[in-house]
Amino acid sequence: VKGPSVEKCGQMRFITAEAKASAGRLEGKLREKTLTLDTLNPQVKAVEYAVRGPIVIKAGEIERYLEEGGTKPFSEVIKANIGDAHAMGQKPITFLRQVVALCTFPELMDSPSFPEDAKRRARRILQGCGGHSLGSYSASPGVECIRKDIAAYIEQRDEGVPSDWENVYLTTGASDGIMTILRLLVSGKDSSRTGVMIPIPQYPLYSAAISEMDAVQVNYYLDEDNCWALDINELHRSYQAAKQHCQPRVICIINPGNPTGQVQSKKCIEEVLHFAYEENLFVMSDEVYQDNVYAPDCQFHSFKKVLYEMGPEYFNSVELVSFHSTSKGYTGECGFRGGYMEVINMDPEVKAQMVKLLSVRLCPPLAGQAAMDVIVNPPQPEEHTFKQFHQEKSSVLGALAEKAKLTEKILNAVPGIKCNPVQGAMYAFPRIFIPPKAVEEAKALGMQPDMLYCLRLLEETGICVVPGSGFGQKDGTYHFRMTILPSIEKLKVLLGKVRDFHIGFLKEYSGLE
Amino acid sequence: CHAAIIKMDLKKKKKKKLYWAHIWMHGTPSICQLRLILYILHVCSVISRFTPEILRKGIHGDTMTENGCEYRERVLTMDTMNPNVKRVEYAVRGPIVQRAVQIERELKMGIKKPFTEVIRANIGDCHAMGQKPITFFRQVLALCSYPDLLEDGKFPEDAKSRARRILQACGGGSLGAYSTSQGIEMIRQDIARYIERRDGGITCDPDNIYLSTGASDAIVTMLKLLVSGEGMSRTGVMISIPQYPLYSATLAELGAVQISYYLDEDNCWSLDISELRRALQEAKKHCSPRALCIINPGNPTGQVQSRQCIEGVIRFAAAEKLFLMADEVYQDNVYADGCKFHSFKKVLFEMGLEYSEKVELASFHSTSKCYMGECGFRGGYMEVVNLDPEVKVQLTKLVSVRLCPPVPGQALLDVVVNPPQPDEPSYDTFIKERTDTLATLAEKANMTQEILNQVPGIKCNPVQGAMYTFPRIHLPPKAILEAKEKEQTPDMFYCMKLLEETGICLVPGSGFGQRDGTYHFRMTILPPKEKLKIVLAKIKEFHQHFMAQYS
Repeated sequence: VKGPSVEKCGQMRFITAEAKASAGRLEGKLREKTLTLDTLNPQVKAVEYAVRGPIVIKAGEIERYLEEGGTKPFSEVIKANIGDAHAMGQKPITFLRQVVALCTFPELMDSPSFPEDAKRRARRILQGCGGHSLGSYSASPGVECIRKDIAAYIEQRDEGVPSDWENVYLTTGASDGIMTILRLLVSGKDSSRTGVMIPIPQYPLYSAAISEMDAVQVNYYLDEDNCWALDINELHRSYQAAKQHCQPRVICIINPGNPTGQVQSKKCIEEVLHFAYEENLFVMSDEVYQDNVYAPDCQFHSFKKVLYEMGPEYFNSVELVSFHSTSKGYTGECGFRGGYMEVINMDPEVKAQMVKLLSVRLCPPLAGQAAMDVIVNPPQPEEHTFKQFHQEKSSVLGALAEKAKLTEKILNAVPGIKCNPVQGAMYAFPRIFIPPKAVEEAKALGMQPDMLYCLRLLEETGICVVPGSGFGQKDGTYHFRMTILPSIEKLKVLLGKVRDFHIGFLKEYSGLE
Repeated sequence: CHAAIIKMDLKKKKKKKLYWAHIWMHGTPSICQLRLILYILHVCSVISRFTPEILRKGIHGDTMTENGCEYRERVLTMDTMNPNVKRVEYAVRGPIVQRAVQIERELKMGIKKPFTEVIRANIGDCHAMGQKPITFFRQVLALCSYPDLLEDGKFPEDAKSRARRILQACGGGSLGAYSTSQGIEMIRQDIARYIERRDGGITCDPDNIYLSTGASDAIVTMLKLLVSGEGMSRTGVMISIPQYPLYSATLAELGAVQISYYLDEDNCWSLDISELRRALQEAKKHCSPRALCIINPGNPTGQVQSRQCIEGVIRFAAAEKLFLMADEVYQDNVYADGCKFHSFKKVLFEMGLEYSEKVELASFHSTSKCYMGECGFRGGYMEVVNLDPEVKVQLTKLVSVRLCPPVPGQALLDVVVNPPQPDEPSYDTFIKERTDTLATLAEKANMTQEILNQVPGIKCNPVQGAMYTFPRIHLPPKAILEAKEKEQTPDMFYCMKLLEETGICLVPGSGFGQRDGTYHFRMTILPPKEKLKIVLAKIKEFHQHFMAQYS
């Protein structure tokens, strides 16, 4: 019987921090401490981050239990909770790793087993580093030659829209850049407190950062019935409602969407930008999945390019920051924590403040900066490494496209699961029907119904997915996020297990036998 | 129609639009005005996607920029930005460094200066100053980055076995996978064993280790947890003056109260418990002091704390219920005879259960300093002791939002805590490289102090440890007056002048804090010996000239 362990989890782990604090008090403290849940920064307490939340902690526990010889109805935990490509078996791009290895251990420059193209790039990166070493600090905005390469890459991507390298800032993964910009934007008290518009469902970095900074979260809902499209009327509604109690000053967009996988149309982006222009909003566009577009009728449009095409009065005035990262795309280099942001139309004085703020943390990791450089400056057709690079890249992206299709198809064949097409990014966010009896049971346990569902799924199949409540969803609807990253064979098995589990779950709680 | 436009404009409170309303309302526009309208309409028509609605709403404008567009108020300005960010100051990369970068560019452009290169003695950036990386570390990292090299006969077996072990602990056997947010478990175990060896066997639980993106990241995280309350109950954090400005910058950003305690310059920058008491009593009047930060060995002051002093600090923290934060990133950088590094953890545990079960402590370490000097990898860790288990859950949650510290930095840290052993092939080279680096640093510490103390008007405490000297400089009243006129602190004025005349980039003492009326600068002892001699000679000459000029 799996019930009790779920229940225990529900009570021990998944109740709110406040409830836990009182539980702690009941147990009685032997020693008073300086730092307790009562004295802890209350904003930290308010932070929630489901992607690595309770369910992942539970998965870790089960993994350890299995390692220690414990038995479960499955032999391994499959972590489909996080977009961690390499952990799911995706191979790194050879060229990228060659360059990083050369930068790390420059003696390899003499080795004939490394291609000249890679050596050339490594030399160039090292020349940009103090003492020609990855071990020196870089300037806080990043290594200059890498910033220039990024600017050139953006110009090329956007078909000639100018990019000034001094507007490019390297970061410790995209998360770091997003936090930095939000930190600048949050000010005011009460009804003048900064409101941050975020999509629902969203990537929980946003809600976590907003809680930590005590800003006001302003939700706009994506339209599930319409492939998670962004509806401009919903933006207006959300903005007007928020204006009653805070000052909405920034709108965040994730395109392609995380966790929802939609790819925004150009028209939709224009509408968002026009809305931001009209309502005087700062635009943050999270474009880390820009290379992950699978649906044949979809194309990635960068906010910057669209803004440019809307004309100079837009391009010269809308404040826009866009984010990119080494972690996604076809490289999947999450561990390097590489990323950058491009900042447009930022007040020069504010920019100086931002550089100051970045400088306190000294600099982003150099290995991540080097990896970023390879991504924006990959082998060219005339270079020897091009063929292999190109082949590796298309094989990764091809497999992802296939898995996106497969996931959608299999999930949609399950009664009680409805999954929008995975047009891009790395996740499916299917809607699941949870019978009223299960909803009741979850409530009795003090947890979200989709948390109950995901915990049961984990306990019974070893599959770790994140409940939709961690991303936000319309009241009364339930979802989970799973990555499409496991290998095709594994993904098929996984989806089969999800199907069986779901059918069993429905039977159990609908009283149909 | 006119009325509608006016109404719309008023609603949007954009006064610039009134001009257009005016034109529409008062019948015949002048030819000039018509041309302007036509021009703007032309601009619009080029951009095909304007809906009529946009035409009505979005195109009005009176402040024209050169390309014919309106200028509008920004969302994010100095007035609207987070006021706490404005208060942040970080001198180590402040205005003087920005000027140094400019000068470097000017030199590149061929502009003549009284020097040929800028020497950055502002920051403890070892490799930038020519220190060579430890071969073994880089071998392991290269192997981890590109595992095909594991087949390469040129790499020693001990490096390969370390790399294999690290990769086995990474998701998918790749440095490119996220690690758990606390850091790779195997590496945390290695760190725990390293700490146990360092502290003579006092136990260390790997679960108390958190890897971080350089020590700075962990320090900021700990402070974030500690800050709460409003008004009188707002968290106060005690920091040394002079301090490393990460502390003051973070406190400013978090809106916490900085409580300054002064180190005793006349006594080799030692920490005096009665000064701690004074600072605390004063602070209690307006905030709630909850944490005490110590940097040992000292940055920028280079002192190494005695065991007795550390015991005093711990007793004080226990009595006053302060959370202790021990910044020990320079723990291998101890040069002076008779000085020894004592970790706060070890001393705490040797003081008996009364303390070791009670005092909450976080200590910090990093790959950036010591003999490694691997700043760019942003590796680091903290050990927390006696942290409330519930708070620990919150800490783990908080760090999970940033996913994980950079994995190459974690790998590097693993090799640092798990270096070649006597029976391994890389041992001799490793020991030689490490000893050479540390010996050179010791020599440079000595040399710096000696040469600076020969200059009349400069007084320099011994550099017992860390990587900096923080000499006191006498500035003549005339110079102080001139600085005031320029709205600079006197030591900023001094350092700027030094930079402009010699190309040497130092950080003024005001960036670290100092007693009123005293002036200092921080310089690193990192340039190669020959270069350091030249730097010191130039400073000497500059100082004498400066004194002559302003006396």
